[in-house]
Amino acid sequence: MWVYEKKLQYPVRVSKCDVRMAKYLLEQYGGADGELSAALRYLNQRYTIPDKVIGVLNDIGTEEFAHLEMIATMVYKLTKDASVHELEAAGLGANYAQRDHAMFYQNAEGVPWTSAYIQAKGDPIADLYEDIAAEEKARATYQWLIDMTDDVDLQDSLKFLREREIVHSLRFKESVQILIDERDKKRIF
Amino acid sequence: MDSQERVWKPYRGPFDPCPPIPYKTYVVPPNLFIPFQPPGLPQFPLNEALRAGTLWPALYSPYESKAGKGGVKG
Amino acid sequence: MTDAIPCDPKYYELLEQLQVLDFALVELNLYLNTHPEDLKAIEQFNQLTQERTRLANQFQELYGPLQNFGRAYSKCPWEWNQTPWPWQV
Repeated sequence: MWVYEKKLQYPVRVSKCDVRMAKYLLEQYGGADGELSAALRYLNQRYTIPDKVIGVLNDIGTEEFAHLEMIATMVYKLTKDASVHELEAAGLGANYAQRDHAMFYQNAEGVPWTSAYIQAKGDPIADLYEDIAAEEKARATYQWLIDMTDDVDLQDSLKFLREREIVHSLRFKESVQILIDERDKKRIF
Repeated sequence: MDSQERVWKPYRGPFDPCPPIPYKTYVVPPNLFIPFQPPGLPQFPLNEALRAGTLWPALYSPYESKAGKGGVKG
Repeated sequence: MTDAIPCDPKYYELLEQLQVLDFALVELNLYLNTHPEDLKAIEQFNQLTQERTRLANQFQELYGPLQNFGRAYSKCPWEWNQTPWPWQV
């Protein structure tokens, strides 16, 4: 089971009223390479991956939910006091028409999240390589998001999230190596 | 540490309509150069580790916004 | 939350101290998942876990429970569902 902890993993500050960024940040909320995809991908792969690397998937998957909450916090802060007009000007008019200020698991273009974004191939190498690719794609997305804002506080939180992708990518690469090094084990169970 | 940035020059076609971008860059983050993290790597002080997003300077990758630093209220 | 006002300067200070410790623990945890024989890292993990427990207790004494489902005590009235939630601060 999971137990909720009532704090963010990293402080999120937004110092500029910039509704436009809220729409772009949705890419990391409900996008293909976003935090929801990451969390669900890793947790779902746990069940069919060799025991030695279950912990890696379990814990990185759990950390991704903390990142999802950070992204949600950014979007929440950026849109909370926005008027209908401001939302419309930022391209969130259609979102308002459907759900007022409520959030939705969608990407920056408004495409709803789908489980087709994630995979468990049942082959541990294929799965871990997908995970490494997912981390690099998320790192790249964070770079483009950082490029789109001059708000230093928002940049700061996004830089933290970008760095986490780098560390996760390394842990997945190490997991591949751990599975490669299993070669001397014989089938005597 | 080596630069984490690589530069390349995009091909210029004779009929490209826009003013050309002189060069493009991409990042090669430190995880690419570490096959398996060795034990005992030096650590950041813990408060700096939170800010950096990693406990180990060897894994740290700086990135600066192309939009610059605008600070507060735009 | 009778002892201190949420969102006072001390709240942010303690919260960040906790985030600092917890972040180091996340990093060490992920590292140890692929380095299970690193005794020094395990010792550091255990030592920081001890510090974390002490700091979390201090925080909860002032600002209410950090975790639900019986991982922290409550005063009366029920403290868990009081504001602020993490995205509100």
